[in-house]
Amino acid sequence: MFEILENEILAPNLHRLVVKAPRVASARKPGQFVIVRADRGDERIPLTIGDADPAAGTVTLFIQAIGASTRKIVDIPVGGALRDVAGPLGQPTHIEKWGRVACIGGGVGTAVLFPLARALAEAGNEVTTIIGGRSDKYVILADELAAFSSEVLITTEDGSRGRTGFVTHALNDLIADPARKPAMVVAIGPVPMMRAVAELTRPHGIETVVSLNPIMIDGTGMCGGCRVVVGGESKFACVDGPEFDGHLVDFAGLSDRLTTYRSFEEQARHAATECRLAKEVANG
Amino acid sequence: MANDLSMKERLALGRVHMPELDAAVRSRNFEEVNRGLGLDEAVQEAKRCIQCKHRPCVEGCPVGVSIPEFLDALAAENLPESARILQGDNALPAVCGRVCPQETQCEAKCVRGVKGEPVAIGYLERFVADWAMCNAEKLAKTGLPPSTGKRVAVVGCGPAGLTAAGELARAGHGVTIFEALHDTGGVLRYGIPEFRLPKEIIDVEVSRLVAMGVEIECNVIVGKTLTLGQLREEFDALFIANGAGLPTMLNIPGENLKGVYSANEFLTRVNLMEAGRNPNASTPIIAGRQVAVIGGGNTAMDCVRTARRLGAERAMIVYRRGEAEMPARVEEIKHAKEEGVEFVMLTAPLEIIGNDAGWVAALRCQRMELGPPDESGRRKPEAVAGSEFDLPAEVVVNAVGTSANPLLTATAPALELNRWGNIVADEAGATSIPGVYAGGDMVRGGATVILAMGDGKGAAAAINNHLA
Ligand SMILES: Cc1cc2nc3c(=O)[nH]c(=O)nc-3n(C[C@H](O)[C@H](O)[C@H](O)COP(=O)(O)OP(=O)(O)OC[C@H]3O[C@@H](n4cnc5c(N)ncnc54)[C@H](O)[C@@H]3O)c2cc1C
Ligand SMILES: Cc1cc2nc3c(=O)[nH]c(=O)nc-3n(C[C@H](O)[C@H](O)[C@H](O)COP(=O)(O)OP(=O)(O)OC[C@H]3O[C@@H](n4cnc5c(N)ncnc54)[C@H](O)[C@@H]3O)c2cc1C
Ligand code: SF4
Ligand code: SF4
Ligand code: FES
Ligand SMILES: [Mg+2]
Repeated sequence: MFEILENEILAPNLHRLVVKAPRVASARKPGQFVIVRADRGDERIPLTIGDADPAAGTVTLFIQAIGASTRKIVDIPVGGALRDVAGPLGQPTHIEKWGRVACIGGGVGTAVLFPLARALAEAGNEVTTIIGGRSDKYVILADELAAFSSEVLITTEDGSRGRTGFVTHALNDLIADPARKPAMVVAIGPVPMMRAVAELTRPHGIETVVSLNPIMIDGTGMCGGCRVVVGGESKFACVDGPEFDGHLVDFAGLSDRLTTYRSFEEQARHAATECRLAKEVANG
Repeated sequence: MANDLSMKERLALGRVHMPELDAAVRSRNFEEVNRGLGLDEAVQEAKRCIQCKHRPCVEGCPVGVSIPEFLDALAAENLPESARILQGDNALPAVCGRVCPQETQCEAKCVRGVKGEPVAIGYLERFVADWAMCNAEKLAKTGLPPSTGKRVAVVGCGPAGLTAAGELARAGHGVTIFEALHDTGGVLRYGIPEFRLPKEIIDVEVSRLVAMGVEIECNVIVGKTLTLGQLREEFDALFIANGAGLPTMLNIPGENLKGVYSANEFLTRVNLMEAGRNPNASTPIIAGRQVAVIGGGNTAMDCVRTARRLGAERAMIVYRRGEAEMPARVEEIKHAKEEGVEFVMLTAPLEIIGNDAGWVAALRCQRMELGPPDESGRRKPEAVAGSEFDLPAEVVVNAVGTSANPLLTATAPALELNRWGNIVADEAGATSIPGVYAGGDMVRGGATVILAMGDGKGAAAAINNHLA
């Protein structure tokens, strides 16, 4: 059992969990993830390790409750526990000194981006961070990112904070400005966002790293369910990734495979909501 | 000897039949197909053994189970003694009695098979082991030996790791098993389906080990959570038995369509995660009305029979050679046929065809014919020109094989590997690193439960010597 020490709501349906997992905390490097199960019978859910404190033996997870399993995980109160936390899995981020780097996060991807952006800054890169969300309340970690970024650019779809539009608009400006043009771009967020960023940087030949989120089970290369096509070859994202060269990724294939279980997911979400409502009614 | 029957009377007895669940019923549920013998049947079958002095059957068993001895005690209805003998030789008899390919091992050597049918050693092994599980209180307690103060780490909780752990604990060492998944058993849990091997059996065996003081830590991926180097610092010796868990891809077009699974993924979802068989399990599976399983081994049979149980109207085996060449156990093929599985033989997959929405629609195939034998002695399948045809299917499962998973070995450069990525180990299980032993599928490539257990037993003996 892996005790939950903190559970904070950062934005609607977006939680920050601090979990006791000493072995993972000691071994983990930026870019790696864990596989979590709330309880017996539950699915195995991959989640990026947002941060870790080896001395305290804890890892920080940023979780967007979008379906039944993530909902169940974020609903566990402090003092409760996750039944399984396995990791760290995947390849650590390749950290190098590129010079000027743009780090782009969308939605919960911003949380996944955070440790990576910090590691890049610590390696001596000049980091410009671009974060986007639907509206102001979905923009997370802006202050934390500002602590080591030379600039934090915010975009919202409804214009409630920062620039109206998408992260790609802000990135376009950066690329157009010779004084701020990045040598390397990291983009983490929904598949359409990563795809759009990769398309934007491609003609400029700017190296672009994306973090892929295919459906996983074991996370150890055993099942092959997480395969994605990169540069015409099948790769297992859990062991070869999750970070890949965005210019080589078959995003259309990835998006499509992500819809495999949609009908099951909708049903599970329904059942979970009904169950919550029933509980709320019962509790008055 | 249980000598109430004359030799002539023994020889006159016919082989017992295993009671089975009705095929129409069982092909729709996950209950165990073979129901097990009753006491009278088992005792009578044991009496068919003529107690050969030269014990040929024992030679056929990779771990050398004292077959005539445990059968003799069973024939005399001395079940505690029979169980004692069996458990002394085999750490997982309830498992082996069910899944060993007996027809090519112990039973293949049985002299009664020369002129008739061999003694049903596997059924009897299962009978005695099941009896022992239900009658633990009737068995003599074996006390634990004094602690040696030495600690041994076992990587992987499959049959090789479980066997080694039991042997090492019995020798007085402190043993910790590290397992990557959230549950025990390895392939016994995530690969072999419930209808052949109820998971409860693994739970009982595992709890026996825990009672002996073996610690099991799940969710530890050696090579990721802990390195081999860390384990070597913390423990006096290591046994690596991390299996052959890497699926072989088909490398044909359409392999990434929705509805295409590797056997590992398909079976893991249903077995380990309980998709499609436990309404409270939250892992989904695409069941498919028409399912094509590619391959001819045990794994393919397990997949196709699982697909039937998930509701497939047409569950098909697609294999490029003929039925006689199939590596699957005879019993599995028989059961699959009874359950309505179709065998599409001498057929090789060319491409998986998708529909507009990205789902599998058909498996494009080609007919094959068997040419002259190749170096391996097996007749080589050759394509028949112009024989392409489409098999409609919503789900395609690739069960053509697995290989060594490099997750652990990639982080241990000092560990010598062969060209397929398997760990190189000598007969005793010793690897290129002193104090580090290995066995099971990670050394052999895909093999059998009993060979993996034999490796675990052998390596434990070598470790005992090493630590003495
Ligand atoms: C390497 C990796 C790192 C990730 N890191 C984070 C993170 O830090 N924070 C976060 O909030 N989310 C992260 N995700 C995504 C997260 O795993 C999914 O949102 C979650 O599994 C959805 O499960 P659910 O049952 O709540 O939702 P569902 O309603 O079941 O699924 C919603 C969508 O999530 C995807 N999904 C479903 N099951 C899985 C699965 N087993 N594995 C991966 N994706 C799945 C599908 O696209 C599905 O349509 C990561 C995914 C990967 C692969
Ligand atoms: C579907 C199927 C059906 C089969 N049917 C039969 C049958 O009927 N009869 C028969 O005799 N044989 C059968 N086999 C073969 C048999 O199951 C294997 O030969 C046997 O399980 C090998 O045992 P093992 O202990 O070496 O490895 P495994 O059983 O593979 O166990 C290895 C364990 O190590 C864990 N692991 C992997 N990597 C790590 C790591 N880095 N750190 C920690 N743990 C790790 C794995 O999760 C797993 O639990 C079948 C195999 C399959 C796939
Ligand atoms: S372990 Fe397997 S091979 Fe050995 S006697 Fe038992 S069934 Fe036969
Ligand atoms: S070979 Fe057959 S008959 Fe002879 S001892 Fe073994 S089981 Fe009995
Ligand atoms: S999740 Fe199974 S191989 Fe990647
Ligand atoms: Mg889900």
